[in-house]
Amino acid sequence: MGKNLKLITDPINLNNPITIQVLGICSALAVTVKLMPAIVMSISVLFVMSFANVIISLLRNTIPSRIRIIVQLVVIAALVILVDQVLKAYVYNISKQLSVFVGLIITNCIIMGRLEAFALGNKPLPAFLDGIGNAAGYAIIMIIVAFFREFFGSGTIAEIQIIPQGFYDLGYFDNGLMILPPMALIVVGIVIWVQRARTPELVEEN
Amino acid sequence: MKINTNSNVYTYVYASVLVVVVALVLAFTAVSLQPLQEKNVRVEKMQNILQSVGIDAQFEEAEKLYADFVTKQYAVNVKGEEIDADAFNLNLKTQFKNKPEDKKLPIYEATLKDGSKKTIIPLQGKGLWGPVWGYMALDEDFNTISGAVFDHKAETPGLGADINKDWFERQFKGKTIFDGDKLISITIHKGGKGAAKLAGNEEHGVDAISGGTITSKGLERMLKEEWLFSYSEFLKKNKK
Repeated sequence: MGKNLKLITDPINLNNPITIQVLGICSALAVTVKLMPAIVMSISVLFVMSFANVIISLLRNTIPSRIRIIVQLVVIAALVILVDQVLKAYVYNISKQLSVFVGLIITNCIIMGRLEAFALGNKPLPAFLDGIGNAAGYAIIMIIVAFFREFFGSGTIAEIQIIPQGFYDLGYFDNGLMILPPMALIVVGIVIWVQRARTPELVEEN
Repeated sequence: MKINTNSNVYTYVYASVLVVVVALVLAFTAVSLQPLQEKNVRVEKMQNILQSVGIDAQFEEAEKLYADFVTKQYAVNVKGEEIDADAFNLNLKTQFKNKPEDKKLPIYEATLKDGSKKTIIPLQGKGLWGPVWGYMALDEDFNTISGAVFDHKAETPGLGADINKDWFERQFKGKTIFDGDKLISITIHKGGKGAAKLAGNEEHGVDAISGGTITSKGLERMLKEEWLFSYSEFLKKNKK
């Protein structure tokens, strides 16, 4: 059981998909302007990643190795479209918020990275846990980055005004740079810096 | 018997079976959920139209409220003459692409509780990633905007997607679309909060969205030559 638990906890810190494996950066840059979309995206990735991992793991002994990437893509794309259709029919509002994320989930390299690296060689249960762990590691970074970008860029957290109007009257400005993509990269960089400073295991000897 | 998973035959068969199975599952889901999805779209359109005249309708009550308040729906051509068409079901995306003389332009009329009449003009345009649309309600003078609602298919969340946020839509209330007798519609000013004021255009201008320049520009074109100006004959005829 300790080994299975590690599957979940490892990707959150020591083997984080964004800060250590540097996967899924594209969506970390794209949807972290505001906190809410970042959370919605994280939940969708959690769902798609854990189920794709299970499906690929179940099929792992039958997949012809020459077309395995295509098979993985078909499974991911089918899951995403399925989710999209169900959301559109039953929770229309949420599906509208998801709009472009749907496409982004299909191309999220974390998902394919985990299918290729883990699900193809492991049993369904560990694969499922690996999916959850990596999605959680992804979510944490997304939420941290989105929190800072929204706070400094718009003065709000999850659309709720945090910086009081009085500050603006005194001449405070929201930092417009924070809502542009380059700042996402810089914030991710700062997160990596802090993480490495705090976890000595991560620092390579030279 | 051990199957050789790397043989060509196996690979082809595997790929074909996989694709057919996935296609069946997706087709089945799409077809069985379609009626629900279509209803969602129709009700949302009603909600948007109601919202532009200041009525917040919940999903369940939207159809009833729509029937109560929206008293007339019809379509005009670019000359402003009423034509025969099913206004509510006109596909604006098709009308957007049509040549000016073929355009069928829907118009809705709502009568509110206090007896005032609003004319609602649907809008259709292009944003950064896909279509943007909206509804603009005019007061009885056909000049003052009493409310506006915008929405989009796929604008960037947190940036261009904010056109459907309250703070953006609220700016349109009270603005006028005519300057004297000339239809100039609304200009969207770049530069964040207070940009319209700085540009000295408070009557016909609103602030754009920071980081959403292309969406804002697309919205402005929709409010001008790409869409709203098709209604100019109709608006001029009725302007008081």
